[in-house]
Amino acid sequence: MSIPRPKPEKFRLRRTMMFMNAQKPGLIKDAYIYGADSIMLDLEDAVAENQKDSARFSLYHALKTIDYGDTEVIVRINGLDTPHWKEDIRVCVAGGCDGIRIAKTESAKDVQIVDEAVTEAEKEFGVEVGRTLLMAALESPKGVLNAYEICKASPRLFGVALSGGDYRKCMQVKVIPGGIEMLFARGLMLNAARAAGIQCFDTVFTNINDDEGFRAEVKQNVEMGFDGKSLVNPRQINIVHEMLAPTQKEIAEAEKIVRAYRENADKGVGVFTIEGGKMIDIAFVPGAERVIRLAKASGIYEGDL
Amino acid sequence: MELKAVGTAGTLESSDVMITLEPTTSGGIVFDSFESSVINQYGRQIKAEVLASLERLGVKNAKVIVNDHGALDCTIKARVECAFYRGCQCDMDGKFDWGGVIR
Repeated sequence: MSIPRPKPEKFRLRRTMMFMNAQKPGLIKDAYIYGADSIMLDLEDAVAENQKDSARFSLYHALKTIDYGDTEVIVRINGLDTPHWKEDIRVCVAGGCDGIRIAKTESAKDVQIVDEAVTEAEKEFGVEVGRTLLMAALESPKGVLNAYEICKASPRLFGVALSGGDYRKCMQVKVIPGGIEMLFARGLMLNAARAAGIQCFDTVFTNINDDEGFRAEVKQNVEMGFDGKSLVNPRQINIVHEMLAPTQKEIAEAEKIVRAYRENADKGVGVFTIEGGKMIDIAFVPGAERVIRLAKASGIYEGDL
Repeated sequence: MELKAVGTAGTLESSDVMITLEPTTSGGIVFDSFESSVINQYGRQIKAEVLASLERLGVKNAKVIVNDHGALDCTIKARVECAFYRGCQCDMDGKFDWGGVIR
């Protein structure tokens, strides 16, 4: 009676990735109802050292029994410097999660070690080799500096995420409104991810009562070009979805670009102008298509593209 | 794999169940104590789930304590298995039989 999950899609929409303690049955049993694009069941920091075994049993049966529907299910495993990560990978693959988040990634080698262990587990449990996706969390100055090699380390890797808590600790800084303390890490990581053609996610915002601060950070994330954000509370999900949703004006313009591009491409024209005199070439098309996809995911698209 | 000591897993939180297994040499599986916040609705089903998990794990004799606060079947299985392996005193990071006796 286990629930078969479709093959994970490497570049799906991941606006919101919500952490959940894999050890808490009350949380994981209805994790999907909150509407996050992805949930991250945590075997790492949320689970006490003497409950690592218990969390795996709970995770295995949740993965096998609970129908998470369209919600992507990622598992955060323990770091490579712990005795837990190998068995974490076996249970993730045996349970059939969509992807694994590698904690404290510092080099391409770290990703490759996990990749190999995942391949081994896929063979052991009769799972299609390559099915299980990976994402890397950068949590240290060294990890951030090695972002580009990490981003290119495995064909399984769909994205990188920043983990602010540990990074700030290493940098001896605290949370500053405006994010000046994270500017370099965010900028470098985004640049590395785009250069490697993978997605990029910002760190959690932990003060769940500070709505204004959260909105300011999400706004900055959008402006910097992040694909999405890790979250710690379901209340934050709708705020992110709402702030990432394109405006009606942006949707209308994206539609014009996509339609005009298709018509002109059929006629063999590469550069053209749309209503209002804006000059358009192929470079504008992926962005416009992305706006339409986001509008659809946000439930505000009424067109027929 | 055999129970050597008392093994406990789970918590008293809502949607969870605390399972304790104590090794015995004879007498089969005995429920020493069985409490549940939904005993009238699901008591029999919870017992059946615990017994089925113990059978898969090959446990013939044990004293069992169940303190349930509305756990789903998947949680009951997870807690019984964890209590068993803890009682067997096996390496918590060793290779477990996912999809075999654990299912």
